[in-house]
Amino acid sequence: MRLLRIVPDDTKFDFMRFRRISFPVSALMSILAISLYFFHGLNFGIDFKGGTLIEVQSQAPTADLAKMRAALNGLGLGEIQLQQFGAPNDVLIRIAEQPGGEAAQQQAVAKVRGALGNEVNYRRVEVVGPRVSGELLSYGVVGLGLAIICILIYLWFRFEWQFALGAMIANVHDIVLTIGFMSITQIDFDLTSIAALLTILGYSLNDTVVIYDRIREMLRRYKKMATPDLLNASVNQTLSRSVITHVTVSLALLALLLFGGQAIHSFTATMMFGVVLVGTYTSVFIASPILIYLGVGRGGDALTRTSEKS
Amino acid sequence: MLYFTRWKATAIILTAFVVCLFAVPNFLPDRWVQSWPKWAQRHVVLGLDLQGGSHILLEVDSNAVRKEKLEQTRDDVRRVLRDARVGYTGLVVRGNSVEVRIREGSNFDQALAKLRELSQPLGGILSTTGQRNLDVTTEQGNLVRLTLTDPAIVERVRQSVEQSINIVERRVNELGTVEPLIQRQGADRILVQVPGLQDPTRLKEILGKTAKLDFRMVDSSVPAEQALQGRIPSEDDLLYSSSQPKTPYLIEKRVLVSGGDLTDAQPGFDQRTSEPIVTFRFNTSGARKFAQATQENVGKPFAIVLDNEVISAPVIREPILGGSGQISGSFTVQSANDLALLLRAGALPAPLTIIEERTVGPGLGQDSIAKGKISSYVGAVMVIVFMLATYGLFGLFANIAVAINVAMIFGVLSLLNATLTLPGIAGIVLTVGIAVDSNVLIYERIREEVRGGRTPINAIDAGFSRALATILDSNITTFIAAAVLFYIGTGPVRGFAVTLGIGIITTVFTAFTLTRLIVAYWVRWRRPQRVPI
Repeated sequence: MRLLRIVPDDTKFDFMRFRRISFPVSALMSILAISLYFFHGLNFGIDFKGGTLIEVQSQAPTADLAKMRAALNGLGLGEIQLQQFGAPNDVLIRIAEQPGGEAAQQQAVAKVRGALGNEVNYRRVEVVGPRVSGELLSYGVVGLGLAIICILIYLWFRFEWQFALGAMIANVHDIVLTIGFMSITQIDFDLTSIAALLTILGYSLNDTVVIYDRIREMLRRYKKMATPDLLNASVNQTLSRSVITHVTVSLALLALLLFGGQAIHSFTATMMFGVVLVGTYTSVFIASPILIYLGVGRGGDALTRTSEKS
Repeated sequence: MLYFTRWKATAIILTAFVVCLFAVPNFLPDRWVQSWPKWAQRHVVLGLDLQGGSHILLEVDSNAVRKEKLEQTRDDVRRVLRDARVGYTGLVVRGNSVEVRIREGSNFDQALAKLRELSQPLGGILSTTGQRNLDVTTEQGNLVRLTLTDPAIVERVRQSVEQSINIVERRVNELGTVEPLIQRQGADRILVQVPGLQDPTRLKEILGKTAKLDFRMVDSSVPAEQALQGRIPSEDDLLYSSSQPKTPYLIEKRVLVSGGDLTDAQPGFDQRTSEPIVTFRFNTSGARKFAQATQENVGKPFAIVLDNEVISAPVIREPILGGSGQISGSFTVQSANDLALLLRAGALPAPLTIIEERTVGPGLGQDSIAKGKISSYVGAVMVIVFMLATYGLFGLFANIAVAINVAMIFGVLSLLNATLTLPGIAGIVLTVGIAVDSNVLIYERIREEVRGGRTPINAIDAGFSRALATILDSNITTFIAAAVLFYIGTGPVRGFAVTLGIGIITTVFTAFTLTRLIVAYWVRWRRPQRVPI
């Protein structure tokens, strides 16, 4: 049986030369993503904005959105969004946070239940009050920051500071681009999005660490090799693994995306973008070439210290 | 790397086998498992997003606690000064303090000494913190100010949460729900999770009521209509009836008997009118107080007040000496039931506010399980086929290792009685990706070592030893992300962190032991001349 070889054994692609294109492109994309965040914004879900989300399924095979909208708009609950969600009789109702504190949110739900009556099944009701939403957002931001710092400290101990810094730049790049993606697509940004961002972080680092591991090994073995050549060799040697792993992760994610249903759709879509598109690109075209600028292996302290250790 | 002592190999296989065994109860019908010993019955709990149910986060109203504490202090001040026969004016609650002005000519020092006695050390007399519940200060003009300290409020909120948990537990259990989860969260919150509950409206109604029941006299000396326009006598409250139309009543502040003296309450029907009613029974001291009060006030109306609403205000026809009675007040069968339940469970020390609610209907839960299953199967098949195509026989080894890995994840989840959520299923699918990656790392390294000119056994050995260091590094970084997620996340997100974290641990275990063991046995058996990858 002939086995599948996606990447030929002797690839010698010059990844490092490509940095003259990849760095400006990444910088541009990052600026674009940041401006998207500020000018287009994220579609904050109720987790962070507060408010009510109700998923209903109408008894009729197709939900009459116009009729439901008319019934709900008469309630005086401010802006109410109705959206078809998956099947034609599934409707997602979003109600903005009501003024008047925690109890007002509960009254809004009671009013909606009264207006829609028994014509629909309530598949999901989520109410997040103003106090909880504020806390969830700060937890999310703190969590993301905390994760980056913990991982950096670990990398700093295991490698040299140049690697930790390189990984951090790559990290922030990943997160910034993914946030840009979330802004363009206006995917609901909620607690699961924070989970997606953290997983992207973990995966992307996983990939970066595998390549860095190889670079460290090469640094010890070939002390005279020019840095760009050494980095190129390392990336090329691990390329087959990177590709195969990303194919398997993509296969798993593809299954979740196609068959996982609406509830985790935004989660898997974000992961697909972050892990498969950005994460791989970052570890090959950003995290590795950036080590040239951070002074790895040029007789600098990174090299001398690693060789002392070994 | 490829040599295993016999006991080591046995230990590895045994560990994997035992951990996998713990997953077994999840796949057997409940009635089989029930006859097993308790420790063997552990299984994965489905999260509310999968089995349906309600998640409600309640918060103790700390402002209400503060207000109550201040009013209590004001009453204490009044009592102390009266007992000491000290004249005073202007006893008021202002902001966070109670202020009182001692009249000229009274013994100010004696009054101050008495008031200082109200300030108690927190945490009882054995407390060593030196914190007190009240700060007593004086100002010119014989003004004494008693300020409630922040630690006192924190302590009182803590006590309220503890008492409330018990009462919430009793109320929820009375609803006849299956396996509700009630736990404290943070300083002032209570989490209630009720699996299988479709419509939490009734639960919310029951949790939202303080259920503070008082028996008080109606003040008939001033007509309520007159009090509405003019001043309300200082010893009275103006309360409204609970039923429509809202009728105002002037009710004395003094409580004859409170709900705390009830021993039982049951819904029933009035024998004459067959209206729904609630019958109740007092404990001994309650019965004595009630008997005395009704004896003294025959012919006058008294009021049954629930959460500052008058349920009914009947006239006392004869002394009630038996210690039991009934409340009638335009109830429906449901509301009579609920009131009896609330009275049996007791009153909350402070009102609870619902600050978060998430309810998933059973239909959605089942859909999610079905979708989770399909996507897991499809994902698994695609990955298995891809690995076979890429690595042939070694791909088969990898697939076996990953299958055992997934079984072990379920085993550990069962052992921990962990909760499986929909994002948790996503976590397992992703773990499959990571687990495959560890094999890919090893195999790619072996391929390289072969290209570097090593003999097959040498190459395999070197491949393992070099790849494992990388596997450890890369998995620890992902594990840190999972740990942070677990720490900050709640509900479904935490479920994701749990499966991801456990998955990483089992992945590292299988990569370091099982995969190596399988390959080692194969090498010993076939003595390969070339590596088939």
